[in-house]
Amino acid sequence: MNALQNISIAGENSLIVYFGDAPSESIASEVAATAGQLRTSLGELLIDLVPSYASLLVIYDHFKTDHHAVRAAIRHALAKPIEKDTSQLGTLVTLPVYYSVESGPDLQTLADNAGLSTEEVISIHQQSEYRVYAIGFAPGFAYLGELDPRIAAPRLATPRQKVPRGAVAIADRQTAVYPAESPGGWNLIGLCPELMFDPSAEPSMPVKVGDRVRFKAIDRETYLDMGGLL
Amino acid sequence: MNANKNTGFKVIQPGIYSLIEDTGRFGHHGIGLTSGGPLDSNAFRWANRLCGDQQNAAAIEINVGGLVLESKANTTIAVTGANTPLTINAQSRELWQSHQVKIGDRIELGFATSGSRSYLAVAGGFNIDAIFNSVATVPREALGGLHRDGSALQIGDFIPCTESLFQSQLRVPESQRPDYSANRALLRVVLGYQQQAFSNINKQLFFSSEYRVTESSDRMGFRLKGPAVQSTLDGILSEGICLGAIQVPADGQPIILLNDRQTIGGYPKLGSVLSLDIGKLAQLSPDGLLRFEAISIEQAHNLLHLDQQQFAQSILQPMD
Repeated sequence: MNALQNISIAGENSLIVYFGDAPSESIASEVAATAGQLRTSLGELLIDLVPSYASLLVIYDHFKTDHHAVRAAIRHALAKPIEKDTSQLGTLVTLPVYYSVESGPDLQTLADNAGLSTEEVISIHQQSEYRVYAIGFAPGFAYLGELDPRIAAPRLATPRQKVPRGAVAIADRQTAVYPAESPGGWNLIGLCPELMFDPSAEPSMPVKVGDRVRFKAIDRETYLDMGGLL
Repeated sequence: MNANKNTGFKVIQPGIYSLIEDTGRFGHHGIGLTSGGPLDSNAFRWANRLCGDQQNAAAIEINVGGLVLESKANTTIAVTGANTPLTINAQSRELWQSHQVKIGDRIELGFATSGSRSYLAVAGGFNIDAIFNSVATVPREALGGLHRDGSALQIGDFIPCTESLFQSQLRVPESQRPDYSANRALLRVVLGYQQQAFSNINKQLFFSSEYRVTESSDRMGFRLKGPAVQSTLDGILSEGICLGAIQVPADGQPIILLNDRQTIGGYPKLGSVLSLDIGKLAQLSPDGLLRFEAISIEQAHNLLHLDQQQFAQSILQPMD
């Protein structure tokens, strides 16, 4: 356990592990690695885990164990060294995106505000490899970071009532793909034909916390061929 | 037992808001799925106990009341929770006890006079296909329930169950039945999360004040109104939220996060309400009054074990 890490009580059957106070690639890897180890070491004592930006909530079965034993298991997991080259941890997933003014109603405004062309915004969005920092808000909603500051944009002053499923969006220095139609305040720059959440699929999401994501531009025809809707 | 697809209950009136629930959906927070499950787990477990000592059987959570069912099965049912008039074929029946029903019977719930939620269980549970290992209905996630899409019960729905042989009628002893009539509750709290960012004065204020349940309270969370509590933090990096977490946004008005909460969130939290007390909270109606009491994690652990033992040792009373 290093100086930045600590374990706090969250509730009667939950402990939360803090890994630092800002998200980073190496913290995302540590969170994912610790979650994996606890899944094995706690086994059926574990009820659920919530990995997030720089923390991991550990919910345990208080009829089978207690917070002392779970703390010990967490300390043991944290003591294990993780790979030096964290950039290679996690699965790399490539998501296709149909970027356009047609599929991304905020693309032009975002480009104008950034002093860039829409082509430049599209190109910059594809240049970075993102980490899945957290999943939440809605089933399958993955928060990806960190976005190149040149194309970062604040949330819309008035959120939309309806953001379509598959919308590729930007808020501050994060990007995401809306897994289902929902209200939302992020800036929309394109559409991804791949399902981010499919309850009938196994796994039901293409990514998990700690994975890496790249976006790859596709044209309108390919998007429609892949089952995308406009 | 007779497994027939045509046996079950027809929904004549769904009432204000009636949801299929089991104990909840666990192990899927990592993809953003919340737990769901009955808000009042105590009333829920008694309803199931009355129908044959079952633990995780699907039952109906009835919000405020108004549910009318027609039985298409010969079986046993029980209703617990909010104090709500119950009739079977227009004959008044008691809550907190099991009742025989036969094909054609009309089961009607009026509206709660105290408490907010009741639970209707059936012997063997309702037979509904699980999604992510649970039938719990989470409307916000469009998951679970009779149609697996998060929808509440609708007129014309048919909720299947198996038939069950005659069981002797049982009742929950009076001493074990909660009284919701005061519309007040004392909630025990395990301090945690960002509790150190709340000064002693703010903690004292929180634990010595009375809070009121507002209209903006639902299965996601109960928003309270009372003396504002401040922390030294504006916001935090979004992190996992456990059941009962007490979130304090910038306006200082606490929100208690319940079964359908979002799995992660970025507001500072003071700790979490003991699960045994969440049912008491969920039975309050708007303007219900709350107080809080801090307990240690060890006390919480002991209370949970004691409660489990007491429930296991309670004996249902046979009826003549």
